Amino acid sequence: MAVSDAAPIISTRFDQTDAHTLDGYLRTGGYAALRKALAMTPDQVLEEVKAANLAGRGGAGFPAGAKWGFLPEDVFPRYFVVNGDESEPGTCKDRPLMERDPHQLIEGLLISCYAVGAAQAFIYVRGEMALAQERLAIALNGAYAAGYVGKDILGSGWSLDVVLHWGAGAYIVGEETALIESLEGQRGMPRLKPPYFPAAKGLYMQPTVVNNVETLSYIPWVLQHGGEAYAAIGTEKATGLRLFALSGHVRRPGVYEVEMGTTTFRDLVEAPVYGGGMRHGNALKAFIPGGASAPWLYPEQLDLGLDAGPVGAAGSMLGSGAVVIMDETTCAVRAAWRLVRFFAHESCGKCTPCREGGAWLEKIMRRILDGYGREEDLDLLLDVGDNISPGPFPHPASDGEDAVPFPFKQTTICPLGPSTVSPVYSSIWRFRDEYLVHIKEGGCHHG
Amino acid sequence: MGRLTSENVELAREIIDRYPRSRSALIPLLHVAQEQDGWVSTEAMSHIAELLGLTPVEVLGTASFYGMFKREPVGRYVVSVCTNISCLLLGGEELLEHCEARLGVKAGATTPDGVFTLEDVECIAACTDAPCLQVNYRFFLNITHDEVDRLLDDLRAGRRDEEVPPHGTLTRVRPRVPAERWSGHGAEGLPVLPGQSR
Repeated sequence: MAVSDAAPIISTRFDQTDAHTLDGYLRTGGYAALRKALAMTPDQVLEEVKAANLAGRGGAGFPAGAKWGFLPEDVFPRYFVVNGDESEPGTCKDRPLMERDPHQLIEGLLISCYAVGAAQAFIYVRGEMALAQERLAIALNGAYAAGYVGKDILGSGWSLDVVLHWGAGAYIVGEETALIESLEGQRGMPRLKPPYFPAAKGLYMQPTVVNNVETLSYIPWVLQHGGEAYAAIGTEKATGLRLFALSGHVRRPGVYEVEMGTTTFRDLVEAPVYGGGMRHGNALKAFIPGGASAPWLYPEQLDLGLDAGPVGAAGSMLGSGAVVIMDETTCAVRAAWRLVRFFAHESCGKCTPCREGGAWLEKIMRRILDGYGREEDLDLLLDVGDNISPGPFPHPASDGEDAVPFPFKQTTICPLGPSTVSPVYSSIWRFRDEYLVHIKEGGCHHG
Repeated sequence: MGRLTSENVELAREIIDRYPRSRSALIPLLHVAQEQDGWVSTEAMSHIAELLGLTPVEVLGTASFYGMFKREPVGRYVVSVCTNISCLLLGGEELLEHCEARLGVKAGATTPDGVFTLEDVECIAACTDAPCLQVNYRFFLNITHDEVDRLLDDLRAGRRDEEVPPHGTLTRVRPRVPAERWSGHGAEGLPVLPGQSR
């Protein structure tokens, strides 16, 4: 088993109790990268981030440098928005970054705003995260008072205001155009892309960058050590480190900063420094490799590396870096129903296939669980799913069958709709027999 | 109860000034109202509409989209038990059932004395510490049934007041920007780069 010895980058202050204070952050090297960036031109900073090939850590995995490059020239003001609305089931890595190292995020944000010429920045924190809000407020108040944020930063002549903004309970706001709607005081419904790509028509219809908390937390290190040093970690296509939230039936659930590409799902589950093996020594049944939206993978896929390419080819995605482990005691029908209930509840209602389809998927799954299912419900579930995500749904290869690669197709504006189909399709594709037991016997031995 | 107090109107104006467009302050102001009263009343929404130059129904339209805004009174403590996937796998449903039995109400209801509202919630981003719950959005991780019993007893007896403020209060530290530090460039055009002046 090859566990990387790459030193952690963004989780180094997780055990430091005062990292949210300015003194605590400065004592451990804080704001040195900002000083370095301010001595460079914005273009030089941008080139450093491009060289790092830092993939976005929110879910879509788009490289941060390339995303910044989409801003149209000479259109101002530009805005920068931090997506801290972490709500994808299984995902809990942005929360510790905001709670335990908020200055690192603020520093990464400042450097990024300098690189792209943003006039103002907004940190949108999930409403349910009171401690993250408190720690960010303490950090930002300290940074403002000491001249790291606001007018004439560090005497450089460059100015930037940062505003803290709390959400109020809506998963869909994690989608970047819905987040912008919410930041404008609207219901959080996604906008159609095109034309509303945030880089072109974002906040207040101005050019806007939306980046995830984790992505920005890597920026100070990239500036300090250079983009090439970051790109040298991992493999050529899966660069750098990444936080993975490992949850479910492992001995040591936790948030681990892991080297991309070289580390496999098996390492994550079995290595003593990560999951430490399956709980009670039970057998693995299935796992979700990238948050609730991701199609499920199975024991045969454990040796895949943490690399978006191969995982996509195998029919799923790394998504939000949330790996949920289900052992043999798990009722596949109940697990799938619970995920469907989530997506049905969180549908914003804008697109009919998702609003109506998600609700029906939940009701049909529920009646199967309650012992009132019919055998034809399985085809009905797949048919309703096909209205939301038409065509072959992503899944791994099996005997005599090729894999259907990710991404899924969609009849909806955003990916929430097809995400509802993931647990339905994945569980029926692999565990149809368990559904039949529920339908014929009214329940199953998993309880 | 209802309209914002004069102190909160002052706070509201401070918040509005941070945004290039005032409507962006709508959700923050709804939080101010909920912190003041523990929930968001029709009167509060009308007052916020006045402050932002919106119609009351525009405020309601936004408020009603977001699950955290309670448009009827809730308990002093909102207990939110996660039953989503990672918690489901490690006893989240049993935890919720235990809370229902202990409090004598079903999820979604408030105890007759108005102290607790119990909720069955979606993922609260503490999946590696399942099962878990929040009280007024403060985390209680890897929690056992015995620990829940003690927690609820403590809350009812007022022994956790420092740790858990009443429902509606999120951060207890407000973002504060000294007037002389605010750059105010947000609504303007070009960024000011080092070496330039404007």
